[in-house]
Amino acid sequence: MNLLSVSHLHVNFQVKQHSLPALIDVSFTLNRGERIAIVGESGAGKSVLGFSIVNLISKPGYIKSGSVKLDNKELTKMNLRQLQEVRGKRIAMIFQDPMMTLNPVLTIGQQLVETIRSHTKINYKDARNITIEKLHNVQISSPEKRFDQYPHELSGGMRQRVIIASVLLLNPDIIIADEPTTALDVTIQAEILQLLLAICRDNGVALVLISHDLGVVSKVAERTLVMYAGQIVEEGPTLEIINDPQHPYTQGLLNALPQMTLPGQRLNQIKGSMPSLTERPTGCAFHPRCPYATDKCRQESPSFIYSGVSSVACFMIEDMIDETDRDEDEQL
Amino acid sequence: MLIFLLRRLIQACVVMAIISLISFAIQDKLGDPVQQMVGMSVSVEERNALREELGLNDSLLTQYGRFLQNALQGDLGTSYYYKEPVLDVIFDKVPATLELAFCAILLVVLIATPLGVLAAINPKHWVSRILMVITSIGLSIPIFIVAILMMYLFSIEWNLAPSFGRGQTTEVFGLWHSGLFNQDGLSHLLLPSLSLAIALMPIFTRLIRAEMMEVLQSEYIRFAWSKGLSSNRIYFIHALKNTMLPIITIGGIQAGTLVAYTILTETIFQWPGMGFLFMDAVSRVDTPLISAYLIVVGGMFVVTNTIVDLIYGLVNPTVRLASHGL
Repeated sequence: MNLLSVSHLHVNFQVKQHSLPALIDVSFTLNRGERIAIVGESGAGKSVLGFSIVNLISKPGYIKSGSVKLDNKELTKMNLRQLQEVRGKRIAMIFQDPMMTLNPVLTIGQQLVETIRSHTKINYKDARNITIEKLHNVQISSPEKRFDQYPHELSGGMRQRVIIASVLLLNPDIIIADEPTTALDVTIQAEILQLLLAICRDNGVALVLISHDLGVVSKVAERTLVMYAGQIVEEGPTLEIINDPQHPYTQGLLNALPQMTLPGQRLNQIKGSMPSLTERPTGCAFHPRCPYATDKCRQESPSFIYSGVSSVACFMIEDMIDETDRDEDEQL
Repeated sequence: MLIFLLRRLIQACVVMAIISLISFAIQDKLGDPVQQMVGMSVSVEERNALREELGLNDSLLTQYGRFLQNALQGDLGTSYYYKEPVLDVIFDKVPATLELAFCAILLVVLIATPLGVLAAINPKHWVSRILMVITSIGLSIPIFIVAILMMYLFSIEWNLAPSFGRGQTTEVFGLWHSGLFNQDGLSHLLLPSLSLAIALMPIFTRLIRAEMMEVLQSEYIRFAWSKGLSSNRIYFIHALKNTMLPIITIGGIQAGTLVAYTILTETIFQWPGMGFLFMDAVSRVDTPLISAYLIVVGGMFVVTNTIVDLIYGLVNPTVRLASHGL
């Protein structure tokens, strides 16, 4: 059985009288200890998806329909008290900017100990010992000293380590990491990523990595979901997707990466930009930017289909498969 | 810390020198003190002699120089009306005013903070909406109307609390006449402190609400939710502490407003404090007393703001008074 299963999730944002879709029919599963990545441009709905798993979408967003099940327990129907038991303890989150994530007026120790103490009956001294041990695990030097320090006394990389330590305190089943390295220095990015990967591997923690950086994703995730305008457009094993992208959007993303083999060339960016919530195109949301768009793309939205490499929502792939089927039929 | 206090001391001296200069410059515009001091029967010669004796015929600069010289020795002059050193006259009234201001601040903190927090947590609840309407009305009603209305309702209509004076006082440590330790004194304190508090409450309720709503939007609050903390811990430990940082600073500035309001409140409720004394001094053209009052209030202002900054340093870990010296 899947550890986490999201099915047909619709999330909308209520803006005045209009209810604008931010996530449309999103479904995916996550197994125990599995590491998946959600990629896409800014505004694709990656973070919204991450936050809606623990029902923590910022207002005016709300879950319109669909389900999120953790061990077959429905999370979208839980009340706040039940959700508080899941948050932090079973599903922990790492946020994008470590400079903003820690409360500036509370010490590192206070912020870590409170996490343990709000979920388990444990005295302060034991909680402190666990905290210091976890700080040690994420390679923070002199954790006893850091325990009493305030966030502003630590560097960005150090703070992200503290946050990683804080999500480890209660040995969660799932860590959702929302662009955990984007706000960091390039040299520190690699260290934090290594740390995160090692921790997930060693403890059998499942990871949902939200990122726009395909380089990062290829190092960490076993499976990748590509999102565009609130929908998943391609899903499959990370290596397959990177080596043989099927959806025109995924191809565009990969083409946009700088190539070491072709220096001095202009980057191939995808023309245009992600549509905003209010001006969502009809049909396939990607059609205005797609080089292969047809009339059909402008009117109907494609459904998911397995291409042999990955699952893709694109008419082009659908037609291709139809053709090969026909060819096979003719040969028979 | 020591450097910080030393700097503050120098600042205080500059501030008070400026205040004394200003209060001196307006002295001869306030009226003729001699006319207030003597009766109709006193002849012009005698008036001139008195004027000469008081040094009122010297140039303003000479007078100011003389004043400064005495002031540095702790002598701010003698009240024309009380015929006593002005500082003695003022310090006699200080306890009454400080107790009034203290109780008003206490009421503001105890009432405005929970109301502001509540309105920030449930901004769309009807109670919060009504609270916002009431506070915006409260912001625009002048204090003397509130005070007179309260006086009318509580002491005339319902006879719940006395409307004027300070009531019975108890002597504490032989130098402080306090009204806080007996029922009569407390009942006299009720209406003045409440109307003073009502003058400041709307703005603080609104400030706390606005600040708290902003804090609740921040990433660290979202992170706190994602850790599965209880709502109370998030609101009252994580959010409130950050909310109070700017409020403390504004509170320090509002201390000045409070002084202004005590003048009004004390006059309305015949509260025998510094504000009341000041109004009397103005009507009697008791210029030494007026100058001394302004200087003492200026000094209190500096002291309050220093205390506020010290508190701010304690609450906000990113501020280190010692190293920055502010």
